[in-house]
Amino acid sequence: MSEQASIKPAALRARSFPGLAALRKILREPMGFFGLALVVLILASAIFADLLAMYDPTKIAPQNRFQGPSLTHLLGTDHLGRDLLSRVLYGARIALLVALGSTALSLMLGIVLGLMAGYGPRWLDAFLLLVFDAMKSFPTIMLALTIVTLAGPSMVSVVMVVVMVSVPGYARIIRTQTIAMKTAEHVTAARSMGAGTIRILRVHILPNIIGPIVILASMDVPVVIGIEAGLSFLGLGVRPPTPSWGTILNDGFANIRDSSWIVIAGGLPIILTTLGFTFLGETLRDVFDPRLKGR
Amino acid sequence: MFAYAMRRLGLGATIILVAMMILFSMIYLIPGDPASVALGPRATPEMIAELRSRMGLDDPVLVQFWNFVSSAVQGNLGVEALSGRPVLTVVMEQLPFTLAMVLCSITWAVLLGIPLGCIAAVKRGGFVDRVIGVLSVAVIAVPSFVVAIYALLLFAVHLKWLPAIGAGESGNLKSQLMALILPSLAVGLGWIGYIARLVRASMLETLEAGHIRTARAFGLPERWIIYNYALRIAILPTVTLLGVGIGHMLSSSVFAEIVFARPGIGKLVYEAISTRNYPLVTGAVLVTTAFFVLVNVLADLVIGLLDPRVRASFN
Repeated sequence: MSEQASIKPAALRARSFPGLAALRKILREPMGFFGLALVVLILASAIFADLLAMYDPTKIAPQNRFQGPSLTHLLGTDHLGRDLLSRVLYGARIALLVALGSTALSLMLGIVLGLMAGYGPRWLDAFLLLVFDAMKSFPTIMLALTIVTLAGPSMVSVVMVVVMVSVPGYARIIRTQTIAMKTAEHVTAARSMGAGTIRILRVHILPNIIGPIVILASMDVPVVIGIEAGLSFLGLGVRPPTPSWGTILNDGFANIRDSSWIVIAGGLPIILTTLGFTFLGETLRDVFDPRLKGR
Repeated sequence: MFAYAMRRLGLGATIILVAMMILFSMIYLIPGDPASVALGPRATPEMIAELRSRMGLDDPVLVQFWNFVSSAVQGNLGVEALSGRPVLTVVMEQLPFTLAMVLCSITWAVLLGIPLGCIAAVKRGGFVDRVIGVLSVAVIAVPSFVVAIYALLLFAVHLKWLPAIGAGESGNLKSQLMALILPSLAVGLGWIGYIARLVRASMLETLEAGHIRTARAFGLPERWIIYNYALRIAILPTVTLLGVGIGHMLSSSVFAEIVFARPGIGKLVYEAISTRNYPLVTGAVLVTTAFFVLVNVLADLVIGLLDPRVRASFN
């Protein structure tokens, strides 16, 4: 009796503030705390780039070029005398925009294709599986280089690359779970009551399988940030003078013998962001879905 | 085993065929005409029309697709736009450089990853295990090209311990190996983490098995049990992972080759893009994809050889 009494308030609290309880669980893990702090920092610098940046990220001042960190330029200046901190802050916008936008798009396409493969006729399933496997067998950057050669370097090409790389993985997972769910009792019951295919998929299958895939997608965010920065580093993604972490790295790489600070300023935000999202994703997975551990 | 091998090879061939189909439809669907891409912005409409008919772009789609696949299967990937040399020859010249680097990266990953995973499994829950765990996640997360640039900055530009550019003098093995250290570390670093995590997980699983308990009951030394009995089974998933890993390493080698100015497939494709050498790009992508599929088939065959249960479950 006393045991029940001690459990009840905790359960009630969790039910009234589900988000807060989850947050507390995440913050209890050192890795989760560190990850969340980094992600909040990056989000804040992207959102408040206008207020935080002291200089125009594209303003050229040749007399100030190759400066090391100082009180006027906290991260130094690049080969054109542009303030690196301002460029890094504005670069966060591009990185997060591409990462979140293209992950959401891939997730949507992956879910639709996965449901089609899992719930559709067998020939469609076999065909889609082959296509997924074939798409996964292109080395990522090679595929990216082909797309960029054909479509030209731009942010749209970067999104296209991300979609082609991540959709097959998401679709395969959704497909497997849809097949498992297809013969579940509540689905059979809904079908016997005359529910249509769309309704069954939307109301009876999707809500049951969407949790794990969202967590997996959140763990892919750092990969996507790496793809965007990598392509921009090669001069095949975001076009200069738009500040992106990849283009800053490219500037720094070209001038690496004159100044180390440009490379350091371009690489640091990439490292911090990928670490932040990865640590947060790992903790999210452990807290919400321990079954996924080890993926 | 024979039936399994045949079925796995057949699936591999089908996947390569579908990959060709996807590549072909990408070329066909993405706006941007290969002929005008190859000729550049100053081409006249007549020049484009001439090249289009020479490249067979005016034929019906199915004819084009058939020509593309049938000549690719025969090893004819077309000729390079600038020098007129066969694409396959050019790609095959550069492939050994990339493969040497990927092999070197795998060596890094295996030599460091497997012992770290074993140590973490043995010290499960302890301080060492946690440190290895966090470090593994960290090296997996950070993109390889950032590692490459930072390694270049630290070891080549500032400390000047290792060469910054090139593949070393030809014929001089020592200088070639020195030139391999940094790029292969940049490509392989993340895989040390992957392998350490995987070995840890499968080692923990294996240590629960009956024959390990028996070995313990016989009083064999723990180190002997781990490295001779448990690791033999715990290593299996790593073979599969390395099969997949080679594809990813081919990707990261593009960055490593550009950062360290090494010859190789990645640098070849990257330069082909800036000169709009379009057949070279598709050719190199096809060769690397086929190579990747082949390696995966091989990995599956090795696993099938080692573990009869896998053979039975494949259909």
